[in-house]
Amino acid sequence: MLRLVFKRLKSVGRICLTVGFCMTAYTAHAQQQEIKIGVIYPLSGAAASTGAEMKDALELAADIINNGAKGVPNLPFSSGGGLPNLKGAKIKLIFADSQGSPQVGATEAERLITQEKVVALVGAYFSNVTATTSQVAERYKVPYLNPESSSASLTQRGFKWFFRTTAHDDLFVSNFYEFFKELQAKKGIKVSKLATFNENTLWGNETTKLETKLSGERGYELSKTIVYPAKSTQLTSEVQLLKAAAPQVVLQSSYLGDAILSMKTYKELGFTPDMIVANDAGFIDTEFVKTLGKDADFIITRDVWSLDLAAKNPLIKQVNDLFNARFKINFTGNSSRTFTGLMTLADAINRAASTDAEAIRKALVETDIPGNKLIMPWKGVKFDEHGQNTESSGILLQIINGKYYTVWPFDMATRDVVWPMPKWDQRK
Amino acid sequence: MSWEILIQTLVSGLLLGLIYALVAIGLTLIFGVMDIVNFAHGEFLMFGMYSSFWLFALFALDPIFTLPLTALFLFGLGALLYKLVIRKITNAPMVSQIFTTFGLMILFRGIAQFFWTADFRTVENSMVSGHVALGGIQIGTPQLSAGLGAIIVTAVIYLFLTKTRLGAALEATAADKEAAQLMGIDSQKMFALAWGIGAACAGVAGALLSTFFPIFPEVGANFILIAFVVVNLGGFGSVVGALIAGVLVGVIEVMGGFFLGPQYKMAIVLVLFLTVLMFRPQGLMGKAQA
Repeated sequence: MLRLVFKRLKSVGRICLTVGFCMTAYTAHAQQQEIKIGVIYPLSGAAASTGAEMKDALELAADIINNGAKGVPNLPFSSGGGLPNLKGAKIKLIFADSQGSPQVGATEAERLITQEKVVALVGAYFSNVTATTSQVAERYKVPYLNPESSSASLTQRGFKWFFRTTAHDDLFVSNFYEFFKELQAKKGIKVSKLATFNENTLWGNETTKLETKLSGERGYELSKTIVYPAKSTQLTSEVQLLKAAAPQVVLQSSYLGDAILSMKTYKELGFTPDMIVANDAGFIDTEFVKTLGKDADFIITRDVWSLDLAAKNPLIKQVNDLFNARFKINFTGNSSRTFTGLMTLADAINRAASTDAEAIRKALVETDIPGNKLIMPWKGVKFDEHGQNTESSGILLQIINGKYYTVWPFDMATRDVVWPMPKWDQRK
Repeated sequence: MSWEILIQTLVSGLLLGLIYALVAIGLTLIFGVMDIVNFAHGEFLMFGMYSSFWLFALFALDPIFTLPLTALFLFGLGALLYKLVIRKITNAPMVSQIFTTFGLMILFRGIAQFFWTADFRTVENSMVSGHVALGGIQIGTPQLSAGLGAIIVTAVIYLFLTKTRLGAALEATAADKEAAQLMGIDSQKMFALAWGIGAACAGVAGALLSTFFPIFPEVGANFILIAFVVVNLGGFGSVVGALIAGVLVGVIEVMGGFFLGPQYKMAIVLVLFLTVLMFRPQGLMGKAQA
């Protein structure tokens, strides 16, 4: 008997709840439009901590657009009150967890589009998850904005609805050559003889191919091309080959373990080229400097973002302060790009003044955000016919006394580049 | 191409090969005595590295000084592991034995990651840092001392097995368990001893490596494949075979990488390995099976 009463009560409650929900939804709708944006990130699994960071960045971006932020007058939408051209419509983020899996991501993308009726998608960190989720978006003709996946092939698929704000791996590699060119033009340092030293998984091999091509095209002598097996127990033969080739600059791509072992082997065998220019990965891992100490000094490595850029761009400090006040962490190369991705999408939806997919796509194509409105070290945001932002680039950092300083692009540098790196036996 | 580079490469390969040999000797000893392939052997090496690291980080004791302590600790771990786990599967089918040691490998990596995180660690400024220059050849002091240490430990193991009563008992158990038991040798004790010494060898190798190789939970994986190749090449159960094969693999890996290209360095080692097995399936020093 009692149970029956309880059951009744429960169903009555459920009806009340449903009605209540409908009413709130209705009133909200009457007051102002809500713009649903689907967001796909790895919120669980091995990359969950990175996913959480990016989720924080998105929430901050949405909050700034909807409710405004003080002290960042240069940031678009910082006056708050939603998107002005859509009568103050607010951004509503619908989060989905890809678990880092391309299949799960694709299923979630489908759910966001068909059930949640989102007007656009943002995601998805891992290049392979971005590949499958953007395929779903392409099929349903829904705009997809990718802020941080770096596989070059993503914008070589001829997609109409795919837009990427970050630079990709190929552009990052070509940054090295732009750096060398400017080094000669602005600092009078001539680089001519290079060697590549890359690991042998997909990433290292792609980098080797590209470096071989670019060296030829831009007139640099490639004295040695070394591809080594990742996770080696020794790198003696590799370093001996480098020593025999005597290049001015070694271009290196290694994950952490190999990066540390190679540095130790350089020192052991007394090998110092003018410079080692590393491609991100192991060389920007916090463990790299921690384990090598002083021996990590003078290395130049590519990165996408650095907090010390704030010295040259006040917007970075202002937005990072907001982020830190709210989440107690600083921006990273990932979260800063994710933030920028959502701001770019919001800019396009606002200019479209509509939630119609085709109108948003057209607005995205016409995007032209200048660099000073961004928290990235980019010239701006402008998409080419493949949906790739042509104005984005990486930065180069140099390790001095165990700290990373931006040394290129020169106009954003917080420290002058030290060149060449001192020989091992001349270091203190 | 100068002579210096050639000799330098040769010396580097030789020193590396001695470490390979030490890891492989532990593995071959366990196999020789018990016929069990220990997939968790690389993790003994990892524990040896962490033991050195923590003694260094917490008490500022140099890995070279704490070497006996690390050896003792790993000996205890190996013997305990035998008592708790391996003893139960002595007569189990080979598949069970393989999966048991394989499972231990994953468990040990998990334990290391849980307690000490996946961070990379290194022993900085050990007493054996820097390098010595002989003519135009530079040899890292850590590598040199690791190579010398490996030779000493290998010699001690060899003398123990051939010159002491206990060693003879171990060899007897390896040759024929039942016959040895009939002669009054406690085979359980011998098995535990084999596991203890086997683990200690890997532990010492880990301690010697810790002065120049990064330390992380999965570090054993870098060495275990090579250790298996060395054990096979030298002949299962043969300590002298493991020593020769270890040095051979080290030298060929470094020289092959230098002359034919680093991308082929492991391929060259494995081609040599397969060639030897074609003509001597029992390995270089292994006894032919009847």
